[in-house]
Amino acid sequence: MSELRHLIDVSDLTVNEIEELIATANDIIANPGKYAEKCHGKKLATLFFEPSTRTRLSFEAAMYELGGNVLGFSEAQSSSAAKGESVADTAKVVSCYADIIAMRHPKEGAPLVAAQNSTVPVINAGDGGHFHPTQTLADLLTIAREKGGFENLTVGFCGDLKFGRTVHSLISALSRYKGLRVILISPEELKLPSYVKNDILKKAGVEYIQTTDLEEYMPELDILYMTRVQKERFFNEEDYLRLKDSYILTPDRLVNAKADLSVMHPLPRVNEISVEIDKDPRACYFKQVLNGKYIRMALILKLLQSAGTIG
Amino acid sequence: MNIDSIKNGTVIDHIPAGRGMKLYELLGLDKLDCPVAIIKNAVSSQMGRKDIIKIDADIPVSFDIIGYIAPNVTVNIIKGGKLIEKKSIELPETLIDVIKCKNPRCITSTEQELKHIFRLDDPEKRVYRCAYCDTKAE
Ligand SMILES: [Zn+2]
Repeated sequence: MSELRHLIDVSDLTVNEIEELIATANDIIANPGKYAEKCHGKKLATLFFEPSTRTRLSFEAAMYELGGNVLGFSEAQSSSAAKGESVADTAKVVSCYADIIAMRHPKEGAPLVAAQNSTVPVINAGDGGHFHPTQTLADLLTIAREKGGFENLTVGFCGDLKFGRTVHSLISALSRYKGLRVILISPEELKLPSYVKNDILKKAGVEYIQTTDLEEYMPELDILYMTRVQKERFFNEEDYLRLKDSYILTPDRLVNAKADLSVMHPLPRVNEISVEIDKDPRACYFKQVLNGKYIRMALILKLLQSAGTIG
Repeated sequence: MNIDSIKNGTVIDHIPAGRGMKLYELLGLDKLDCPVAIIKNAVSSQMGRKDIIKIDADIPVSFDIIGYIAPNVTVNIIKGGKLIEKKSIELPETLIDVIKCKNPRCITSTEQELKHIFRLDDPEKRVYRCAYCDTKAE
């Protein structure tokens, strides 16, 4: 048995542990009744020091579907942090009430501090611009279900590749598998940082291509991972206005795409995928949301089993 | 103090020239009452120029700090006028409260009681990263 105690970053997980989580999630999807009482009498604390309604709801739905209960807060103002309590003390206190903690915090590394001080498992539900491992796990489950595995995939990443942590994290997770090809589609201003290229892609020997054109490599893609191009990332409004439409996915841009392409997006979207695509069977972004709940269920189960809280 | 003859103490030798003062500060040697000598730009057959620090007192020094500032130095420990140990110092795996994380978004920027921990990420390039936020040390 593995000794996974907390989840701070996806890189904490071995390839086997990721496979195990995906297998559990798939089994939950196939046999939800089998899991409906697994966490009966157990409590998940959602400690959200900054609001993230979608992530919090996903964790809460996951725990309820396992038959467990949820307590917590959804913003720092309603927590004891507002009175100046340290993350370490909050973790010690909440360990007395809950069996497992999901923490969202604006400061990078806060969930690690919580894990070091908690007597129950801690899941990082996002720490600033740093890690968001359950989003990456949701992406991985979606890819596993849509593509049957992670090998020999050509994956296009489009939009803000500079600041998008979900992109960096997914690239890092996928680079462990054979035959990965990455197409990086972004404006010059939002190119993938060189440290990601050097430390992850080059180190893993992954073939990658950089382009500013969304349509150029479309016929080759197995997955197109879209992200939001935010106005505040640009120095001036002219550049933003000039570029923003180049990275909007519309039905005509999908004309030459594979019939089994998977279009993904971490959501929320603004306008970077036109709503007409929602009806296209290649749209996977709402499945990603659902998969996010299932992978969180699998993760909660695994951590509570490792901790000996449930059988 | 006769810098050539220490009775009980430590001689840090083969410090790359120019790093002696930085090491002196980080080791907190300015706070000591005992005699401390810094020799700058001494002639070295191996390295051309080197710095040397001599501490004339039996006090512990942090090998992690030494290894971080000047890997590959030699630390000579002297007791009773005799060289009792010659240690080659390697790049430390972990630095605890040696350097501070400068990332304003790091949890260490708001929670003062946390130790500043850095881990060796790339020994060849001597890259250390904050254990909390992964920011590279300068
Ligand atoms: Zn830091």
